[in-house]
Amino acid sequence: MHGVSLPFSFACGVRSSSIRASPRSFLWPTPNERRKVRCALITAQFELKRPPYPLDSLEPHMSRKTVEHHWGRHHRSHVDGLNAQIAGTQLEEMELEDVVIASYNKGSPLPPFVHAAQVWNHDFFWQSMKPGGGGKPSGKLMELIERDFGSFERMLKEFREAASAQFGSGWAWLAYKANRLDVGNAVNPCPSEKDNKLVIAKTPNAVNPLVWDYSPLLAIDVWEHAYYLDYENRRADYVSIFIEKLVSWDIVSSRLDIAMARAAERAREDERRRQEDDVEITNSEAVEMYVDSDNNSESE
Amino acid sequence: MGFPLLSPSYCCGSQPSPPIFHGLLRFKPVTSLRKPSSQKRQLCQSGRASKILAYYGLTTPPYELDALEPYMSQRTLELHWGKHHRDYVDSLNKQLAKNPLYGHTMEELIKVTYNNGNPLPEFNNAAQVWNHDFFWESMQPGGGKLPQGGLLQQIEKDFDSFSNFRDKFVESAMTLFGSGWVWLVLRTEEKRLSVVRTSNAMCPLIWGDIPIIGLDMWEHAYYLDYKEENVRAIC
Repeated sequence: MHGVSLPFSFACGVRSSSIRASPRSFLWPTPNERRKVRCALITAQFELKRPPYPLDSLEPHMSRKTVEHHWGRHHRSHVDGLNAQIAGTQLEEMELEDVVIASYNKGSPLPPFVHAAQVWNHDFFWQSMKPGGGGKPSGKLMELIERDFGSFERMLKEFREAASAQFGSGWAWLAYKANRLDVGNAVNPCPSEKDNKLVIAKTPNAVNPLVWDYSPLLAIDVWEHAYYLDYENRRADYVSIFIEKLVSWDIVSSRLDIAMARAAERAREDERRRQEDDVEITNSEAVEMYVDSDNNSESE
Repeated sequence: MGFPLLSPSYCCGSQPSPPIFHGLLRFKPVTSLRKPSSQKRQLCQSGRASKILAYYGLTTPPYELDALEPYMSQRTLELHWGKHHRDYVDSLNKQLAKNPLYGHTMEELIKVTYNNGNPLPEFNNAAQVWNHDFFWESMQPGGGKLPQGGLLQQIEKDFDSFSNFRDKFVESAMTLFGSGWVWLVLRTEEKRLSVVRTSNAMCPLIWGDIPIIGLDMWEHAYYLDYKEENVRAIC
């Protein structure tokens, strides 16, 4: 369920998931190239996904009017904008997360980034909430919260502070951070589960922690359009109500499970790669690591 | 040079904050209003090492809060000025109590706290106070229509026509992503008018240009009246 539909599948005989262009190696076409390609049929589009509950079910904490405008106008305009911008480019064939990372372009964002990230962020946001939400997490999530923040209340305090301190538009996040560098030769000699931590982050505008290789678990939208109709300028009240009445800790827990599994899998891959490298070195022609100094001192 | 011993009523800023607003408040005309640019000093009476404090006040818009209806509702003004703008002033004063950057006009304070691109914590508040003062003054009841005289001539010179300028201004505002401002500025080096966009609290004073018009494109400025149809708000 990645939200990609193929309305014109007859024009493109292959499912998008099998043409997975690497997110880090794609070419953003020049304006001339884009103009030429735009004549082709659009073969893959992102859809506006509905929140997993009726639009009025978050009342009275988030009014139907807010959700209608936020989802029906803002979120929708990002989906439409994204589809228009990626039409005819390699990004069209990617999963949304990959589009976000690729268009972030390691900090020099390309034009589709704003729409791609906002589509992803808003999907994530709607799923982070549920009618009758709030309460406390349990299980592994609670365990990690207590390990990394000291207590659930401390974590919430940090989350609230991040949400309030984000100046201008943006988002606040709870994320799972695997201690990994995206560099080929950076190897953690003693990898352990304890390296991976829960963190609170805040991001401006459309940025999200995917671009830092974190696994987001929970998001709150602190763009003013998210709360202005219901709370006017009282962002702190909105954040409190979000935490107390709207957050779906079940979803957060399931995201954590996925994130931990993914981190473990990647750690195993790193270990496998490291062992393969070691084997290569052992098997290659004898490599002289040390110069025999005695030979040098002898003459002839 | 001695400082006058000021009575406590001046300590709270250049003018006392008005009581909670409603449509009955009367405001002075613009002419006397540059008060946040000045600061008052208070000498400790006991003769200990003097503690210099600088406070800034919340200026009032030069019209009543309902005077911009139906284009900008009274409720928007009440929130925008009475809460957002006031919060910036209060927060700035709280910060200055701990880090006394004294002796500056508001314009100077913005440049100092901008710190050549490495902004100090006070920057956001200081810049937003100035930006909002400027914003209220950029508007008037029964405003809009065409500029006159030298301004119109300069606009026609630098944009070819007023409607070109208007289109550029609207387009700039529409394509601003996130929170920020749109400005008509006089570029001091090139000596011409230009439309510029800034993010969050940034202000063209930073790089030495002279703002002529400022439009607040933070969502709080238009959301109650126009929601996501900001093009209507801009026009």
